[in-house]
Amino acid sequence: MAKTSIERESALERAGLSDGQLVEMLRNMLLQRQLDNRGFQLNRQGKIPFALGSEGHEAVQAGAAMTFVRGRDVLVPYYRDLGLALGVGMSPFEILSSLFARRTDRSGGRQFPNHYTNHDLGVASISSIIAGHCTHAVGIAAAFRYRREAGRAVICSTGEGATSQGEWHESVNYAAVHELPIVFLIENNQWAISTPQSMQMKVAHVADKAAGYGIPSAICDGFDPIATYAAMSVAMDRARSGGGPTLVEADCYRYLSHSTDDDDRTYRSRDDIEEQRKRDPVPRFEQRLIEAGIIDAAQSRSLRADVLRETNEATDAAEAQPYPSVESLYTNVVAGDYRPWQD
Amino acid sequence: MAGLKGSPATATAPSAGSTVMTNVEAVRATLHDALARDERVLIMGEDVGARGNVFLITKGFLEEFGPERVIDTPLAEASIVGVAIGMAMEGLRPIAEIQFADFIYPAFNQIVGEAAKTRYRSNGDYTCPLVIRTPYGGGVRGALSHSVSIEALFYHVPGLTILAPSTPADVKGLLNAAIECPDPVLFLEHKKTYRSVKGEVPDGYYTIPIGKADVKKAGSQVTVVSYGFNAHQALDAANRLEADGVSIEVIDLRSIRPMDKTTILDSVRKTRKLLIIHEDNKFGGIGAEISAMVAEEALFDLDAPIRRLCGPDVPAMGYALPLEEEFMISTEQMLTAMRELAAF
Repeated sequence: MAKTSIERESALERAGLSDGQLVEMLRNMLLQRQLDNRGFQLNRQGKIPFALGSEGHEAVQAGAAMTFVRGRDVLVPYYRDLGLALGVGMSPFEILSSLFARRTDRSGGRQFPNHYTNHDLGVASISSIIAGHCTHAVGIAAAFRYRREAGRAVICSTGEGATSQGEWHESVNYAAVHELPIVFLIENNQWAISTPQSMQMKVAHVADKAAGYGIPSAICDGFDPIATYAAMSVAMDRARSGGGPTLVEADCYRYLSHSTDDDDRTYRSRDDIEEQRKRDPVPRFEQRLIEAGIIDAAQSRSLRADVLRETNEATDAAEAQPYPSVESLYTNVVAGDYRPWQD
Repeated sequence: MAGLKGSPATATAPSAGSTVMTNVEAVRATLHDALARDERVLIMGEDVGARGNVFLITKGFLEEFGPERVIDTPLAEASIVGVAIGMAMEGLRPIAEIQFADFIYPAFNQIVGEAAKTRYRSNGDYTCPLVIRTPYGGGVRGALSHSVSIEALFYHVPGLTILAPSTPADVKGLLNAAIECPDPVLFLEHKKTYRSVKGEVPDGYYTIPIGKADVKKAGSQVTVVSYGFNAHQALDAANRLEADGVSIEVIDLRSIRPMDKTTILDSVRKTRKLLIIHEDNKFGGIGAEISAMVAEEALFDLDAPIRRLCGPDVPAMGYALPLEEEFMISTEQMLTAMRELAAF
């Protein structure tokens, strides 16, 4: 029996997303997974010194990125935001250039993997110091407010561990006091390297902390990109319309070790991971779109082949690039020639 | 204390005419003009609004420029600097105030880990044109946590510029230069000079180049390198020794990072003797770097060992007057050191 659009609507709560947007989210998730795997593969092959994975965060990031308006909003991400970076417009070649630390990397091969920067796209440069970037996100939102640039908002993302930091607290508090256009997205994957959430906070949910700042919060299913999109949409609309900041907690899971240098067998059980794997957001969302008739199995296979090809091409293209010149080590310390002793 | 004549000789086109001001008045006037001149400039910090800053530097600014440009922040130094970094990354020209230099430690990460590295880590994709102003230094009964010198903690850090002018004319020219600077600047104001130092300040807008020291007094027998409150004492001592026929050259660094190699070396090669004076403690202080540079570049031009007269290596000066006086370098100590070195 041919499905009508009404039946499709009832089969999939889509939060106003078009078919095209739903497929775009799936593609983002598949690409994230592929690029994540590629980073770990390249590391195990000895081709790159380090990689970080966002496996298990795909739905959060695909959903959140869909609320970002290019050319208007700013993303101040953390180091586990591959999908957000892709979703706001960064290319696999940029990601691979960063992994290989090649000249074509926007930071000139300086930054650790996953520490992206792209001013043109509105992706702010970050350090590895957890939650330090949250204050910058607030400053950017304050600049929007100061210049009366209505309709612009900032997404500031962190994991749940970052919410233990003083600078996270100071950031949320400042944004709340000044009612700034910003959304604090907490990707709660339950683990900060080896430290579980229960060792980070007494409250059951990060979102509980919002009450302490007098701002609204939401908890969403971070295994579901549509649920994350819906929660983020409300928060971003609030920010854009002068309603101030929101704390959005997206519950997800980190399937891989913290990084290629970490071994999670030392601190968490395989059973726990296997249990969480049953909720793997990528095949689950793919299946939902097939069941809802948004895509068919052939289109799904085609999407997967497409992102694999794109990843392979970007890998080869990035690997072929030269390293940055050694002379570049000395540039961009400050504007102009850098000398601590002036002649 | 007789104020040093601020030397605007290297300034860019000061207009005719000048006004006598104290250091604190020069800070205030320069900030006021910056707010009036450039809409990208904001002032943010603890109690800078209704109170007008604890030294009344920004008194009246809130009424004149409004709460969007003169921002009373929550009491949290890391975010005062961090939020200002975000504003700077987004194209504004924030001037963040740390109420006392002693309170800057919570912001250390933001200054060293973030502001100083923003341009570098993004390879110029993002920049951080930020000024952090803070009153420092002792001799004002500030005890352990309202008296410290912090310059040595930060001058090790590439990417930061550190200025410590001592005269009103230099305050104005260098604060303007700091606001123009496309990179983060730590601007240090010695509290004891705020109201004790007066001088002529050229009218109109001008800047003094960052990284240029100023020879406040020419002399032939000993080079004294100092900055801040100590520079005034050193000049006072040098002027007194002139009557005894001892000729001392006094260099006021003004800029601590970058530092002016040429002015120091030219002077040392002339006098062949070097005395470095700073209130900050000796071990690992600014004087250590100057000593090393002079030893590397001009060791065989020296007729005497390099000498440093610095604050003692204790955590801070005490609240009790004798403890504060023991910590601070006296003009008499400077006179003795200058005489001894001249006679060496």
